[in-house]
Amino acid sequence: MVEVTLIEASRRAVLQEMRVDSRVWVLGEDVARGGLWGQYQDFLAEFGEQRVVSTPISEATIMGAGLGSALVGMRPVIEMRIFDFVMCAMDELVNQIAKVRYMFGGQAKPAVVVRMPHGMWRNSAAQHSQMLEAWFAHLPGVIVVTPATPADAAGLLVQAIRSDDPVLFFDPKDLFWVTGEIAEPIEPIPFGVARKVTAGDAATVVTWSAAVPVATKAAELLATEGIKVDLLDLRTIWPWDQAAVIASVKKTGRLLVVHEAVEVAGFGAEVVARVVDQVGTTNLKAARRLAAPRVPVPFAPPLEAQLRLSPEKVVNAVKGLLAA
Amino acid sequence: MSDAGDNLRRLTGLYRMMARIRAFEETALAAHKAGEIPGPLHVSIGQEAVAAGICGNLRIDDRLTSNHRGHGHAIAKGADPRRMMLELFGRAGGYCRGKGGSMHIADFSVGMLGANGVVAGGIPIAVGAAQGLKMQQSDAIVTCMFGDGAVNRGPFLEGLNWAVLYKLPVLFVCEDNGVAAFTRADTVTAGPGVIDRAKALGVAAISIDGNNALAVDDAAQVAVTAVRRGEGPHLLHVRTYRITGHTSTDAAAWRPAEEVEEARARDPIARLGAVLAERGVEPSELGRMIDDARAEMAAARGEANAAAWPEPAVAFEDVQDTGAVAWSKSH
Repeated sequence: MVEVTLIEASRRAVLQEMRVDSRVWVLGEDVARGGLWGQYQDFLAEFGEQRVVSTPISEATIMGAGLGSALVGMRPVIEMRIFDFVMCAMDELVNQIAKVRYMFGGQAKPAVVVRMPHGMWRNSAAQHSQMLEAWFAHLPGVIVVTPATPADAAGLLVQAIRSDDPVLFFDPKDLFWVTGEIAEPIEPIPFGVARKVTAGDAATVVTWSAAVPVATKAAELLATEGIKVDLLDLRTIWPWDQAAVIASVKKTGRLLVVHEAVEVAGFGAEVVARVVDQVGTTNLKAARRLAAPRVPVPFAPPLEAQLRLSPEKVVNAVKGLLAA
Repeated sequence: MSDAGDNLRRLTGLYRMMARIRAFEETALAAHKAGEIPGPLHVSIGQEAVAAGICGNLRIDDRLTSNHRGHGHAIAKGADPRRMMLELFGRAGGYCRGKGGSMHIADFSVGMLGANGVVAGGIPIAVGAAQGLKMQQSDAIVTCMFGDGAVNRGPFLEGLNWAVLYKLPVLFVCEDNGVAAFTRADTVTAGPGVIDRAKALGVAAISIDGNNALAVDDAAQVAVTAVRRGEGPHLLHVRTYRITGHTSTDAAAWRPAEEVEEARARDPIARLGAVLAERGVEPSELGRMIDDARAEMAAARGEANAAAWPEPAVAFEDVQDTGAVAWSKSH
């Protein structure tokens, strides 16, 4: 076991896979210089400029060229630098990558990984802070990965690179320098398996990505008051671990979904709807969401703080749930 | 003598290919009008010399990306018109299992990486495929077909720039039929056009008469050889004319009748037929090739009409491996 930051864990995951599979290559802005976040540090020296390709600021072609290479048998890691820039490559992602396998009747399996560092980080304002993972859970044909720990980022990235399905990998910017232990070699973590962070009977709290450490802190605070919750980190929102969530809610009778993204039509709505459908209203005392208001992310720290989650907000939401 | 014989065989092959493309699309158009083919249908009647002249110079392991008007490109690359017709009809046995239709014909077994419903959508894919082939040290090349409308989309600039930067084996083909959907391309395109745009980025580019199959064939031969030799991307600007409308239901009645008549007089199949006749091919031989093509496509239409629809379960297949069918239905 070795203690590393989340971003270093993800660097080691790609490094490991590139060493064993010559079909894997990385493309994106500045990746030959190590990438904006240092996630490809020293790759150029080891793999050369054909497999570690610094590109022009041409998001559409970064995305589309990754796909084209996959159609001739390569396995690209497509780096978007910051999630928000994927808007410039939406045709290539939504109309092409997510569709080619289906609309060509299974002739092609586009084995691409798209890395999109997302979320609020150091007051980056409205175009560098978004969390729109729910959009992509809505899109048939892709996997949506939302890790929160170094071990999960590494294991899910290895799984993503080995997957024949297109994988959208939401790197959590705010957690890049959080440390944790990883085992080497890095073993793949299957998609669609939640991680139970804490166990308890009072309520079920479901979360993912940057909301995980906030909810974890909240669970610790609640535990000091004798309130123990089942805290589940989904890790991937498509597929998502419905069995684990439903089993937990059947036990607790109360559900809170916590995410950084906007609450309206967020993925929490899907989780709540599914749980209501599967658990039924007789055994379900309350099912709620705690998420961001429907406003763009503002710049000034006190304004941004209005949108951010906090352990206190989660604690209060759980207590409200218990009173229901 | 044998050179002349080879050349005649080559031209005869071009003629036969163009006749088959024409017959396929005329048959599809009739079937669409008869209600046998659902959905939109974009035909390229009058543009056959482009598909046949370009693709006749490609190997089977060369890759091709195409656009929404791509039936000719697919047939010329070696796709089977029977399976194409089944796909147009949405039937089992079609190339895409009835999930793509006319705009999404693909046959990866002959290097045809897919038609595309989005203008310029194939350009980034083509340069990426070329980059992959280069990494694999293959000498296969990628040909990227797009229309005059595509040069006003961002991926055109991005893709050409990209192909030059990494010196990729891509042949860009701008199939210029003069009209972007219902709008004359020159009324929405600033500056002198695609050739100058390509040259500004360092892409070797020439313009040719796309209704002259010999000219297309010659230019393609030169360009394909250069691209395969590793000389970087090339662009052919191939000027042609779309005899029919944008889709099967568009009469394109806004065009002056004289303009269309004048274009019919430059019909690429008739022109190549005249060349072949000059070189001693009997008119009956040319007629037989046309008849054979029509019979082939009529049989394909008959087979498609008789074919079964896909099983309903097919709608839930080919989405993704993870979760497979269970995830695609309600959950």
